[in-house]
Amino acid sequence: MKRFDTIAASGAALALAATTATPAWAQAAAAAAAPTVNKGDTAWMMTSTLLVLMMIVPGLALFYGGLTRAKNMLSTMTQIGAVACLAMLIWVMYGYTMAFGDGGNDFISGFGKAFLAGITPDSVAATFTPGIAIPEYVFVCFQMTFAAITVALVLGSVVERMKFSAVMVFGAVWLTIVYFPIAHMVWASGGLFFKMGALDFAGGTVVHINAGVSALAASLILGKRIGYPTERIVPHSLTMTGIGTGLLWVGWFGFNAGSALEANGSAALAMINTFVATAAGGLFWMLAERLNGHKGSALGFCSGIVAGLVAVTPAAGNSGPFGAIVLGAVASVICFYAVSVLKPKLGYDDALDAFGVHGIGGMVGAIGTAIVYAPSLGGPGKPDFAIGHQLSTQLIAVVTTIVWATIGTIIATYAAKALTGLRVSQDVEREGLDLGEHGERAYNN
Amino acid sequence: MKLVIAIIKPFKLDEVREALTAVGVAGMTVSEVKGFGRQKGQTEIYRGAEYSTNMVPKIKIEVVCGSDVADRVVEAVQAAANTGAIGDGKIFVLDVGQAVRIRTGETDDTAL
Repeated sequence: MKRFDTIAASGAALALAATTATPAWAQAAAAAAAPTVNKGDTAWMMTSTLLVLMMIVPGLALFYGGLTRAKNMLSTMTQIGAVACLAMLIWVMYGYTMAFGDGGNDFISGFGKAFLAGITPDSVAATFTPGIAIPEYVFVCFQMTFAAITVALVLGSVVERMKFSAVMVFGAVWLTIVYFPIAHMVWASGGLFFKMGALDFAGGTVVHINAGVSALAASLILGKRIGYPTERIVPHSLTMTGIGTGLLWVGWFGFNAGSALEANGSAALAMINTFVATAAGGLFWMLAERLNGHKGSALGFCSGIVAGLVAVTPAAGNSGPFGAIVLGAVASVICFYAVSVLKPKLGYDDALDAFGVHGIGGMVGAIGTAIVYAPSLGGPGKPDFAIGHQLSTQLIAVVTTIVWATIGTIIATYAAKALTGLRVSQDVEREGLDLGEHGERAYNN
Repeated sequence: MKLVIAIIKPFKLDEVREALTAVGVAGMTVSEVKGFGRQKGQTEIYRGAEYSTNMVPKIKIEVVCGSDVADRVVEAVQAAANTGAIGDGKIFVLDVGQAVRIRTGETDDTAL
């Protein structure tokens, strides 16, 4: 749904050249085309950007950290923080230009904005309203946080056994060959999925399916943790996970409502959907637990919250509030079965269920968006919107993303293996990565 | 001198402590322990992964007292820690060979 064109200085130069030829007409055209930067929009987008940063540190770091064993708490938090920092640096070097630079093809943009070449405080990026823009630096930062959180999400499946150095190599390669191209395909006006008309308001495909599928592929290459699934491997602090869940939820308003790129009605729709889909997700996971003879659990609540958030991400501005409730509820129940039935049956060790929640929830959201977008169901689609046609478009985008992410992850993981060995030694794994990889303990008492 | 070791339910600690104070016990050592006997453990479930914990949390109290009061100490603990349900715990009594108060060097009964 997002559309990103940058109205760069070159546009102004062109208008200036035209002015000399046919003054009166061209001046009027240039005046009409000059984008307005609204201070309210800009302030909201700066706020949204920081909200997404809050989702990473401390949100995701605490959410994931609490789910690991105490001996791997620091390792988990450090890997998330470090890979996010790496993503920020790579983003300004060549990531932004690969995803949102000028020119290029269906899969990547041109490299004209490598090292942010040509971007100044006066550069602007288009929003969805013609003539309204935000400063390009704000847009660069906003999108930077998306790259950072997506690569951090992937780590959920590989924690407690992957080397820190391997995480960094994997992160650099994965961002380059998986994230930047898919972000371009979905959100840039020249991208493959964008041109197909695929709906992805805030990154259900780019962020969640992408991260979830990559997490699964990476965990399969890496192998299971020692002792999984026979030994007792349980979260060391669901309190931390609960705090992380709250930070993620609040931060997600920047993620979803910020993806409107303006402080307007579309952002407001994304906001209310991010409330209600999430609320439904939290309760329906607990309901699924009850229906399966378990107690409604705190971890179930947290998992349901995240599943609801993931599912509403592509639908945030593409659904009515009641469509969003159904989407959050359905995704939550499906994710419950994915992590508690499908995972043990297939036997893979997706340690923190990055695939089970983000991958599966993302697919439910991306496909469901085609349904809840329909005006007959309260969605913002035009009266002639055809669910069937949109469903096939969504499916193509989802399947392409799955294939792309899988292949890219295999390459990135084996690159990390070649350079670092990928996995810590058995002794380090038993003693914990905090001591073995970082020389510290999370809790000294 | 006798060493009385009592394994009790955690929520009974305050009552046991009061009962022991009433029979003249002036000090004790308390630790949080885990173990199992006839009482079943609990089942924990995290995202569908079930783990049964055989170990049940308990409180261990250690009291050293004169041989003449050991029976009263045991009775006090038994009465205070009793709920009638499985898992109330156990009491063990051992002989103690020597006791020393570190600060003064006093020994045996005067050190208690």
